[in-house]
Amino acid sequence: MSPQTKQVLRVGKAQLDLLEELTNANGVSGNEIEIREIIRKKVAPFADEIKVDGMGNLLVIKHAKKPNAIKVMLDAHMDEVGFMIVEEDGDGLYEFEHVGGGDERQFVSKPVSVGSQKLPGVIGSKPIHLASEDEMNAVISQQGMRIDLGPAGKGKAKRGDYAAYATKFIRSGDAIFAKALDNRLGCATLIELLKTAPEHIELLAAFTVQEEIGLRGAKVAAYDFYPQMAIAVDSTPAFDFERPDGNENTEYNCKLGGGPAIYIADRGTLSDPRLIRFLTQVAEENKINYQYRQPGGGGTDAGALHLTRGGIPSVSVSVPGRYAHTAVMLARISDWQDTLNLLQQALAAWTPEILSGDRA
Amino acid sequence: MEDITPFLLSLLSKPGISGYEESVSEIIADRWRPLVDELTISPLRSLHGLRKAATNERRPTLMIAAHMDAIGLMVKTINHGFFTITTVGGIDPRVLPGQLVTVHGKKELPGLVQLMPDRLLNNETASKAPTKNQLFVDTGLTQKELADLVKPGDLISFAQPPFEMTGGYIAGHSLDNRASVAALTLCLEEIKNYNLDCNVVAAATVQEELHGIGAATSTFSVRPDLAFAVDVTFAKGPGSNDYRTFSLGEGPAIGLGANNHPALTQKMTSLAEELDIPYFIEAMPTSSGTDGMAMQITANGIPTQVLSMSLRYMHTSVEMTSLKDIARTGRLLARFITDLNPDSFSKLFEEKTL
Amino acid sequence: MKTLLKKLTETASPSGYESAIREVIRAEISSLSTNIKVDALGNLIVTMGKKTDNGLRVMIAAHMDEIGVIVSYVEKTGLVRFSNLGTILPQYLAGSRVVFLNGARGVINHDLPDDLHKIMPLNKHFIDVGATSDKDCLLKIGDVGVIDRSFVDLGKRVSAKSMDDRVACAVMIETMKKIKNNPHELVFVFSTQEEVQCKGATTAAYEIEPDLGIALDVTPSLDILGIKMQVDLGKGPAIKVRDMGMLSDPRVVSWMESTAKKNKIAYQLEVLDVGTTDAKVMQISKAGLPSGALSIPCRYVHSPSEVVDMDDVQATVNLLSALLNNPISL
Repeated sequence: MSPQTKQVLRVGKAQLDLLEELTNANGVSGNEIEIREIIRKKVAPFADEIKVDGMGNLLVIKHAKKPNAIKVMLDAHMDEVGFMIVEEDGDGLYEFEHVGGGDERQFVSKPVSVGSQKLPGVIGSKPIHLASEDEMNAVISQQGMRIDLGPAGKGKAKRGDYAAYATKFIRSGDAIFAKALDNRLGCATLIELLKTAPEHIELLAAFTVQEEIGLRGAKVAAYDFYPQMAIAVDSTPAFDFERPDGNENTEYNCKLGGGPAIYIADRGTLSDPRLIRFLTQVAEENKINYQYRQPGGGGTDAGALHLTRGGIPSVSVSVPGRYAHTAVMLARISDWQDTLNLLQQALAAWTPEILSGDRA
Repeated sequence: MEDITPFLLSLLSKPGISGYEESVSEIIADRWRPLVDELTISPLRSLHGLRKAATNERRPTLMIAAHMDAIGLMVKTINHGFFTITTVGGIDPRVLPGQLVTVHGKKELPGLVQLMPDRLLNNETASKAPTKNQLFVDTGLTQKELADLVKPGDLISFAQPPFEMTGGYIAGHSLDNRASVAALTLCLEEIKNYNLDCNVVAAATVQEELHGIGAATSTFSVRPDLAFAVDVTFAKGPGSNDYRTFSLGEGPAIGLGANNHPALTQKMTSLAEELDIPYFIEAMPTSSGTDGMAMQITANGIPTQVLSMSLRYMHTSVEMTSLKDIARTGRLLARFITDLNPDSFSKLFEEKTL
Repeated sequence: MKTLLKKLTETASPSGYESAIREVIRAEISSLSTNIKVDALGNLIVTMGKKTDNGLRVMIAAHMDEIGVIVSYVEKTGLVRFSNLGTILPQYLAGSRVVFLNGARGVINHDLPDDLHKIMPLNKHFIDVGATSDKDCLLKIGDVGVIDRSFVDLGKRVSAKSMDDRVACAVMIETMKKIKNNPHELVFVFSTQEEVQCKGATTAAYEIEPDLGIALDVTPSLDILGIKMQVDLGKGPAIKVRDMGMLSDPRVVSWMESTAKKNKIAYQLEVLDVGTTDAKVMQISKAGLPSGALSIPCRYVHSPSEVVDMDDVQATVNLLSALLNNPISL
């Protein structure tokens, strides 16, 4: 964060405590109830309307204090990648499937929390001592791993139980380590923005389900809200490393410490150029550190939002984070704070003229 | 018997990486001090606790040894705020991506082991099993923030906190071999109120995981008449089901084979039967892969027996073992000690041939 | 010191056959001590000073052997097949010259390769001593030799064969000249057979029973290859934290670091995944002892042209003298 930045919102202890609570809780896609209940409690004091739709999305409305206000939808998905128990193997060992996108090289040797009782377990595989040289050179496949509740965990879990990484939130200076920063960072952002919603906007906040398995929640939430514009708030990977071969890194996606990543294009969405211009202008005017996410693959709920009903002008803004879809993600507090401020300033600066012309 | 879990958890809370065992050694020393007559530290900093025989006459000396060191990582180079690493002890690089670690620089920093995203790799290395040269540690801090907090050679330990599992099991890093240290401690507690007819040296030894040098040097200086190496062995689990593996929580494993003195193997087996302690015989066709190997061939040769507790996921951050087996191992050792006197000692080896 | 280094590196003495280098070194140090011995494995052991109340018995080892070749077969054609003494790297062999302890000289080359881009293994190499058949060949099974390469002065840096570990022998000799009124019993060991698993230092440590062990050796610096190694040439001696064979005692590392800082000697920290030194065997001698190592950064280790920086060499002498001339508390 540069010293001249005009900050309205600060990430302090209250915000970090909120993020800690959200990331330590479990909400694997299809089983977001724990997250939803935390958020429901957090927004209750300042929300005008709260409802849960048929998919499990939490829809929160903060009414404008002025007539004919524009309807702005903010979207953040609540779900995280995780596991499902699919078969009991005896001796406290369980076969599992991964829920959401993930690299099986990241699974092994992690503690997990299984089922609604949150039984302590680990993901284990054959130890190095018993592995042959050929095995050592091969990736440990998911088939070779088990979720292990210990011998006394026999019969304690059942087919269909969800399991989440049991990582606990850690702060180190400006850095934070936690699971599910994708996308509890977005959830926490929306909660903060609801608190400070400007009066001239009808603010529609959707905390959505099942993003990680196909943007399913966002589709119906947008149908319900049918706003005049939508912003998906998410987390996007920072691949900001020196390439091992010494060549220039031309595919970094975004950079940690670079501020909120504004999307121009991803696999699912070509962001509305008027909104990209607007967000850029807000960032420049308020001297908020920002970056454009490199156009390319990946996607957010915006992919569903912008195609809803007759179409919704949409854009995504993400907090950069390293190691998405693993047991431990890493993000920077300053990036989150810059994201909060960019969105807060954007809402405050909103005028109907922004969308008055046609989309380019 | 006292619940050993809090002590075990405190042992697991310290890195004590091979060659740098002080932090864990101090905890053990505090616990052993009231249980032994003399506490000494070897030149390589193994900890020796001596229980003297209750007589001034010459009595046989028995050594019970468990290594206290743990595997870990070390900073190799520092590159734009990221650290390249090397391993201390045998770590499968494939279990490292996504591991939380503590970097022991000028101050302790949380860190994360990770691998390069495939998009930044060439086709030969992308999507492959990571090697230690491809892994790095990220503290989330910039080179500027790190300043001179970290330098090459600084240690990196697993940060995943240990936790108790349902029904008397425990999971965490370094249970290999702190579980055995706990077993030794239970043994010392159990024999506390006995007048012994032998000398006992409990040794928490250094550097088993790296170069296997602690037990050999300790044995050289103690010169016991017989010795037990207490370590962990493999539990049955995913991909682990052959003769080298044992059902977790169903008793310690008594080693059998060249590294074990047959008289001791037989004695331990009959003691277990007598005490109604379930046990396994662990076939060790050539060597035990434990400190027992170096102990046996120290000086003019020491009758040695390996005793193990089975453990799942050895050398990962989520090793899992049974608290009950720890207690059983401690009890077996205690009984052997309280039974030992000059007579039984000479009888032990009387009719046995090697 | 360059003169000394030239003399040491141009002497031929592979592992197990160290008598020539031993006599060169003995001549250099004979006036420095009245207590000079050669033990059963050929180690040259020079003791200086007596252990006082606030002193230790310190063993300092620099190995005087070098890697070499040993004849394994003489073909009917007169070409000579050979095996290695220590780690010979085949990529450096073709075109090299060798000199044998019996005076014979020869050149190395290899059989016709299947693949020009592959390094030929050692057993596909041969030595040509100019013989026309096995009858007039000057070599027979068991003859030993070393690379034949003279010292070259490159200015700030110098190159020679067997910098590993003659440069450390030179450092030790120069340090011995700077020892004065120290409280320790310093046992300087010019050790044998280091290149074949530290054999000399093993038996020397057993007899000497030191309180503290220090090995002096070279460490590979690949600062020119783009591979980021820990150690660069010209940035001072490297204090060893670990190598493949041992972890330095952390007390020794911090003693060396603080001494370097106190004396304003630039140093580096060495974390090496290959090789080891005599410190490995000292550490585990008998009941064990605190041990560590000082390394002189060296490019192209185990090649016929190893390169060191004279400033590093001098700085190593300075650091070692500072370490040994003062009381040691670990």
